[in-house]
Amino acid sequence: MTRVFFDVNGETHQLELDTRTTLLDALREHLHLTGTKKGCDHGQCGACTVIVDGRRINSCLTLAVMHQGDEITTIEGLGTPDGLHPLQAAFVEHDGYQCGYCTPGQICSAVAVLAEVKAGIPSHVTADLNAPVRLTNAELRERMSGNICRCGAYSNIAEAISEVAGRSA
Amino acid sequence: MRFEHPATFNPIDQLKVIGHPTSRIEGPLKTTGTAPYAYERHDVVTNQAYGYVVGSAIGKGRIATINLEAANAAPGVLAIVTAENAGKLGKGERNAAPLLGGPEIAHYHQAVAVVVAGTFEQARAAAQLVRIDYVKGDGKFDLAAAIDAAGTPTPSFGGPADTAVGDFAVSFAAAPVQLDATYTTPDQGHAMMEPHASIAAWDDGKLTVWTSNQMIAWGAEDMAKTLGIPKENVRLVSPYIGGGFGGKLFLRADVLLAALGARAAGRPVKVTLQRPLMFNNTTHRPATIQRIRIGAERDGRITAIGHESWSGNVKDGEPEMAVSQTRLLYAGANRMTATRLAALDLPEGNAMRAPGEASGMMALEIAIDELADKLGIDPVVLRISNDTQVDPEHPERHFSQRQLVQCLSDGAARFGWDKRDPKPGQIRDGRWLVGMGVAAAFRNNLVTKSAARVRLDQQGTVTVETDMTDIGTGSYTIIAQTAAEMMGVPLERVVVRLGDSDFPVSCGSGGQWGGNNSTAGVYAACVKLRESIAQKLGFNSEEAEFADGVVRSGNRSAPLAQAAGQGDLVAEDAIEYGDLAKTYQQSTFGAHFVEVGVDADTAEIRVRRMLAVCAAGRILNPKAARSQVIGAMTMGVGAALMEYLVVDKRHGLFITHDLAAYEVPVHADIPHQDVIFLDETDPMSSPMKAKGVAELGICGVAAAVANAVHNATGVRVRDYPITLDKLLAGMPEPV
Repeated sequence: MTRVFFDVNGETHQLELDTRTTLLDALREHLHLTGTKKGCDHGQCGACTVIVDGRRINSCLTLAVMHQGDEITTIEGLGTPDGLHPLQAAFVEHDGYQCGYCTPGQICSAVAVLAEVKAGIPSHVTADLNAPVRLTNAELRERMSGNICRCGAYSNIAEAISEVAGRSA
Repeated sequence: MRFEHPATFNPIDQLKVIGHPTSRIEGPLKTTGTAPYAYERHDVVTNQAYGYVVGSAIGKGRIATINLEAANAAPGVLAIVTAENAGKLGKGERNAAPLLGGPEIAHYHQAVAVVVAGTFEQARAAAQLVRIDYVKGDGKFDLAAAIDAAGTPTPSFGGPADTAVGDFAVSFAAAPVQLDATYTTPDQGHAMMEPHASIAAWDDGKLTVWTSNQMIAWGAEDMAKTLGIPKENVRLVSPYIGGGFGGKLFLRADVLLAALGARAAGRPVKVTLQRPLMFNNTTHRPATIQRIRIGAERDGRITAIGHESWSGNVKDGEPEMAVSQTRLLYAGANRMTATRLAALDLPEGNAMRAPGEASGMMALEIAIDELADKLGIDPVVLRISNDTQVDPEHPERHFSQRQLVQCLSDGAARFGWDKRDPKPGQIRDGRWLVGMGVAAAFRNNLVTKSAARVRLDQQGTVTVETDMTDIGTGSYTIIAQTAAEMMGVPLERVVVRLGDSDFPVSCGSGGQWGGNNSTAGVYAACVKLRESIAQKLGFNSEEAEFADGVVRSGNRSAPLAQAAGQGDLVAEDAIEYGDLAKTYQQSTFGAHFVEVGVDADTAEIRVRRMLAVCAAGRILNPKAARSQVIGAMTMGVGAALMEYLVVDKRHGLFITHDLAAYEVPVHADIPHQDVIFLDETDPMSSPMKAKGVAELGICGVAAAVANAVHNATGVRVRDYPITLDKLLAGMPEPV
């Protein structure tokens, strides 16, 4: 057991944890922030995506004790049912989900993708590393590909993200 | 309410709420992570312990010894349940292999123990300490090697093992143009995003399970049967389900092991199937080998059509009915189908999205494309010229609605089919060879009893309760739309509560029957509620109109809520069906158009454009229905290009048993998708005049991709998935 503290959605939490506890299980089982989903527990599906110090990660692939002092944003920190984040609202409007289980991860990823593009961070499909990154269809789909949606809402998710990014899918 | 005659005008036809592309009413919960799924119910019981499942490490044989000493001594362990100490267990009506194995092992990763501990980490660590010695048996794991010994299955849900009309053999032999080809489809996994998960709690002999299940009543019944307790003592609750696709139709090991673990530990226990366990522990879509023979006149008219299919399963398992659609889709005087079942010791095969037709259409719709090639006839035209408006086996039975021709011709026009070069390998776009493919879509519409309860309170709120589930299909929303339309209230005045075995038994979610039947059940309950409201207000229920929160009759009117002034009004009813599904063939139709690019050097395949045109009765909510179809198209792309449970024939397991090895489509694999719904209402299906659409969307997609790949490259692949290694040898010479 070890003590760890970090910020989640602007609130500081101090926890006494088994060192084997993943960040994902710390959120879900200890803080009862169950918006972050466990789809595979192996970094293969993206359902557990959260934003740590501004970068998206798979929270199942990292131990909670590695995040001492970190600032973590989960889906609950983006918006609420009565006050949706623009991406949450766009997912509702474009039906960018069906069963809803991958959805928090998709939305957290999308928030980070827009920030990555803004920051000029290239991806596997970026043709020109010296030019500003543009959120093309290929860029969007490449960057979101770590988030599996088995219901197959991809076409709608692309529309939702594009709308928020101010472009057409 | 019995539905025995074709529907006439009813309140649904007002289309004030029904038929509108309403956003999902639970959307704000799902997008904010506040919709509670099974494993997340910290709110329902305290003191939850964690169960971790141990799966069999052999595919066939038995457990010689099981040593729990080290595991029992591990920190935090509260109980370990195995077949040795679980007590006598029955088997669910709908389970083939037992959910808790031992000493006999029926399949790889069959659950053999659940380790319960105070924390997840403790349970997982202790599970590694369970020592099991197995005696391996001789299992049969190779379908191709087993088909010679395959037997004739007893008639099942999907139809008889053999069908015949006219004289297939003679007319096929006499046909001037013949196609005889064999196709294979691999085992496929549902791979829904939420693993099977349950929290079980006992209270004075009564069991409550918060779970993730598509068919609440089946699950409760089979749980009771397995545990040997009265059905009344089992309650299943499943308001949110993170995907199912048929994989959560039945009672599975998570429910049983949570219940047994909770009983042994004396406190509530939560269990989720670990992702790498799911593919072998649960059910899958079985592989098929299909032989299709079609004889045609030179003008394209089919004179003989035959479809044979082989699949395998465990003892008590059923065959994949891959021939189903071939009995109904195309005309032809001489016909035969045959279904054979081989005994295999792989995990249990069972329903996955469009069982039967999804696999069958993967083969049949390549066969039609091949026939079109042989005839030199456009594949759209060939399909249209073999349309039938009656059941070809029983010409006196008409289809209730059949707009296949319209789907094909509208789709062809919309997709730019006229730009396709029938000669393969002719269109280039840089390094990409570009091809177009088409396939028909076909899936039967199934009608089945469904009940609901509707309550009006004095605020004028209408609450619907039914054990119907929403697996991402949009049930919450279309049920709310139905109640709003029937009761004349805005959508915001309707509360929908689903997925609880305390509620009236619905049709559940499966076989694309959920939308039409569950809303028809709500319709029936609302008709009853309207009668009791009219009576309460002193109106003639025949004449009363319900609109804008007001009930009107002649020149009198009263607020709807007034009827509940002295207390809630409650009505419960079910839709039950007469013979209309027998006298008319009820099916859904569509056409899939796909454009692919195939890299001229590497044979990498990319899907560039997709269009589906569907005719599936009244579309209750075009936004949710469209999502069902694009999701099905996406799964169809997976079936075409990547999904493959690879069988390890030595050890008898699916070796691709996680989300890294079992590849499913990701964002980068799927382009923008177009869906068109033809205007259709089907008065034979139900008072809703709707039919299913969620499974129609997958039927034919994989073949359309395969046909597009052929058009791009000239390579005909008959063994799914179509991977680049199957193309390389046959690729056109570089220009």
